[in-house]
Amino acid sequence: MSQLQTRDLVKSYGRTPALRGVALDVDEGEILAVTGPSGCGKSTLLHCLAGILRPDAGQVLWRGERLDTWSEAARSRLRRTEFGVLFQFGQLVAELTAAENVALPLLLAGTGRREAREAAVTWLHRFGVAELADVRPGEMSGGQQQRCATARALVTGPRVLFADEPTGALDSLTGEEVLTTLVRVAREQRTSIVLVTHEPRIAAYADREVTLRDGTVDHSGLGLDAPLIGGDR
Amino acid sequence: MPHVLLGLLATGDKHGYELKRAHDERLPQARPVAFGQVYATLSRLQRDGLVVPTGQNRDGGPERTTYALTDDGRAALDRWLTEVEPPLPYVASTLLTKVAVTLLVADVDRARACLAAQRQAHTARLRELTALKHAPAASLDDIVAVDFAIAHLDADLRWLQTTLSRVADWHREVRHEPATDS
Repeated sequence: MSQLQTRDLVKSYGRTPALRGVALDVDEGEILAVTGPSGCGKSTLLHCLAGILRPDAGQVLWRGERLDTWSEAARSRLRRTEFGVLFQFGQLVAELTAAENVALPLLLAGTGRREAREAAVTWLHRFGVAELADVRPGEMSGGQQQRCATARALVTGPRVLFADEPTGALDSLTGEEVLTTLVRVAREQRTSIVLVTHEPRIAAYADREVTLRDGTVDHSGLGLDAPLIGGDR
Repeated sequence: MPHVLLGLLATGDKHGYELKRAHDERLPQARPVAFGQVYATLSRLQRDGLVVPTGQNRDGGPERTTYALTDDGRAALDRWLTEVEPPLPYVASTLLTKVAVTLLVADVDRARACLAAQRQAHTARLRELTALKHAPAASLDDIVAVDFAIAHLDADLRWLQTTLSRVADWHREVRHEPATDS
């Protein structure tokens, strides 16, 4: 069942269009890759889906409701409870230990300190970095930091995880390990993933792939007889 | 092929059938080798003094000759393994040839459609291989072979993507369309 949708999504930065009418569905538990060249609108789409950015026109529907019309406070609450967000790097709070970082979303949601800490350590264990629980990000490798960030993005059991080039800063083997765990956990708890990537081998972990080109969904290749250039539909 | 057989014999004496089976197990992504090819290769290796028959084995079935690696065979295997493979000077591929001919004869719409269809086929295969690699039963041999295939498909896909963009840009130039209007 489709739980997150966009309809005719339009977003510009000044006079530069980023999205020019994007329609997209994300099913429950589905892993969807959004691919395309730099500047095609992938990240803007992800930010609109996650309720971080408001579109200029069109709709974002979360379980049938117009997310794009919600207040910043309501969208922010949704991001703390139902959504998880994962970027390429630099997301951990430098002053906090790994366990404190991972526990943070739970504390913000009102979970008790001890319970949050226990959950955080369990998640660090799942990502193979339990021994780093009391270590600060500055003393970790990039791969270890990304494992902690991934654990933090999943600790609240989100319904959708938005991941923007989550392995972009990692070597291919480390990236593969992080992604494999991420995908396994998402499948176990039926979390949908919107995976933005420009790498074919990363997109191959998804159930389905949508390619953006110049701010619209690229439908070319659906059939050799389809009308192609000039109009995307 | 001869070096693969030498490698398999380096782990212990074997007869032709065992060699065929070990080959197919060890290189699961390669095409299964034919018995005829195993026996032909063995007789060449024997002629060159790299392997030697060590006995006959019947086991109730047809008579089978067991082979062992000689010292020369071990040295030949060692030489082959320590020799660095030269990088291919230029990749010849049916895919490249086909795309080149497409760009020669097809209009831009058709060329883009062909490239996009090819990209879809590659993407589907890449997804299959990724699933195969993460299957619980995958052995290290499987993973190493699948990694090789994935890396090459990934390269093909990047190239297809770049070529698609080039074709689109070229088309814009010809039609003098603004860049945001493809």
